[in-house]
Amino acid sequence: MAKKKNEVIRDAENTSEGSRAINKFRISDGLIMVFLALLCLTCIFPFIHLAAKSISSNSAVLAKSVYLWPKEITFDAYTSLIKDGTMVYSMIYSVIVTAVFTLLGMIACTCAAYPLSKKRLKGRNLFTFLLMFPMYFNAGLIPTYLLFKGLNLLDNVWVLILPLIYSPYNMLIMKTYLQSSIPDSLEESAYLDGASNFQILGRIILPLSKPIIATLSLFYAVGRWNAYADNKYYIKTDTLKMIQYKLYQMVASATEAQTTTLSEAAAVTSTPEVLQAASIMFVTIPIICIYPFLQKYFVKGVMVGAVKG
Amino acid sequence: MAKLKSGTSNVQTKTSWKKALKRDWQFYVLLLIPLVLVIVFNYAAYPGLRMVFMDYKPAKGYDGSNWVGLAIFQKMFKDADFIRALRNSLVFNFLDLLVGFPMPIILALMLNELRYPRFKKVTQTILYLPHFLSWVIVGSVAYQLFKPSSGIINVLLTNMGVESVPFLTEKWHWAVTYLLIGVWQTMGWGTIIYLAAITSISNELYEAAMIDGAGRWKRMWHITLPGIKGTIVTLLIMNLGRVMNSNFERLDVFGNTQVKDFQYQLAIYIYEKGLGNAQFSMSTAVGLFQSIVGLILVLAADKVAKLLGEEGLI
Repeated sequence: MAKKKNEVIRDAENTSEGSRAINKFRISDGLIMVFLALLCLTCIFPFIHLAAKSISSNSAVLAKSVYLWPKEITFDAYTSLIKDGTMVYSMIYSVIVTAVFTLLGMIACTCAAYPLSKKRLKGRNLFTFLLMFPMYFNAGLIPTYLLFKGLNLLDNVWVLILPLIYSPYNMLIMKTYLQSSIPDSLEESAYLDGASNFQILGRIILPLSKPIIATLSLFYAVGRWNAYADNKYYIKTDTLKMIQYKLYQMVASATEAQTTTLSEAAAVTSTPEVLQAASIMFVTIPIICIYPFLQKYFVKGVMVGAVKG
Repeated sequence: MAKLKSGTSNVQTKTSWKKALKRDWQFYVLLLIPLVLVIVFNYAAYPGLRMVFMDYKPAKGYDGSNWVGLAIFQKMFKDADFIRALRNSLVFNFLDLLVGFPMPIILALMLNELRYPRFKKVTQTILYLPHFLSWVIVGSVAYQLFKPSSGIINVLLTNMGVESVPFLTEKWHWAVTYLLIGVWQTMGWGTIIYLAAITSISNELYEAAMIDGAGRWKRMWHITLPGIKGTIVTLLIMNLGRVMNSNFERLDVFGNTQVKDFQYQLAIYIYEKGLGNAQFSMSTAVGLFQSIVGLILVLAADKVAKLLGEEGLI
């Protein structure tokens, strides 16, 4: 009897769910929200903690009493970072390298994607293959290292720029975009009006490709900004190292022999612990500041890229 | 217009090079730039691969070094370091896939169920963030949090009376931390593709199911999941094709002597033997082995995806 009653109640619940599911807030909604909120906290708390640590006093940090709120606020660590100058220099240097890289990268990308997006191009398959193959097979570290050595690129700022400005992956995304989003008829009419291919590119294709240009520029910029392995492979001179590698040497590699520390001239008063937290924040803050504005472009790029590749 | 269109579709097969060059020379000029770049920076490195058949000595160069046939490869398969690096790479990549692959799917399903657009948007923005941080930042933050004595996690544990945990300095703990940080870094970003796939599922299906009285879980199980099955299969195959890859930066930032046993994967082997110990031929042979197996896996993955009726990867 009781069993039957239960079944009836369950039935009633099911039907009401069918008609009212849209407005009713249920426990499962709450659980999902709590779970997602907790995951979000794992993305935020580490940085709040480090930020708090970086502006706390040495004694508070040494006493391990700093959690998510700074204690005895002081900006000493940042002052010594800025006074020392190497991090600031490195930041400016990295911005310049990234900007040049992004600009040249977009030029190389467009030069490949535009012709290859044309079905009528003779030899299109061959060129596509030649330009895509390096994505699937590369010669590896040592042959590449020796090649760069032969090209006099070792310990040279251009080794951080030239080898990577042509990216098959980005080219593919741009090509897909050009093929799917720009109607052929537009170009054909321009062609009939006597426009040359260069003119079509400059006056029609590029203005219509602004969204994808924004997205790919960001791919290039963030890719260059974040990578440090090539710094480690090919660069020896301190002034040619990008900021990520500087930070790497400072913090992540406690065992690395050539750990860079700030020069004594800066009269560092902070403990390494606070200084490291400040350095991490110094490198992270720019990304976090511009990130919300960039995110939507990235999402778009992933969508276009998902069509193929 | 129609005439021109039929004309352009035919030219591909009919036009001679002379005609094509005359009409489209501007295209070929543009193509020169990327072609020169790949030739100078990628293809020019391929001849260097011949050192896998040599006992390459940096001082002697390619011309002065001796040819040794397959000796390097024979040595490679007997090299305990190589076996260890290969084993670690495969094990960790499979574990990465096992732990990391389902997470974006689960998250996408959850995000899809959220009723409050604002909450959804903020959640997504925050969850995408780790993807934009470099491995250096992720690694140094993790190091700060997980340090044995002064890291906040261990401070909290000690305050609660639990013994401090060597998250990054003991190999088994390291393995778990390393994998979880990998999941953490990719989970949010991975949802984008699934969320896009979910939006393409017809709303009528959900409405019909709701009229039939299907609850949330039933709808998820019988409509949403089948609706994104194609995407899941494609991505899974694609990821299986990459199981030989290893990310040097991720391994490098989390590396230390105590966890060398597990952290020693192919990318680390290639770097340490090559640039560290100047065993150029050996390092290159391992790199070549990795590239070729990786290429075969990607091609096979592409074939399988196409056989299953999904869009290929290449």
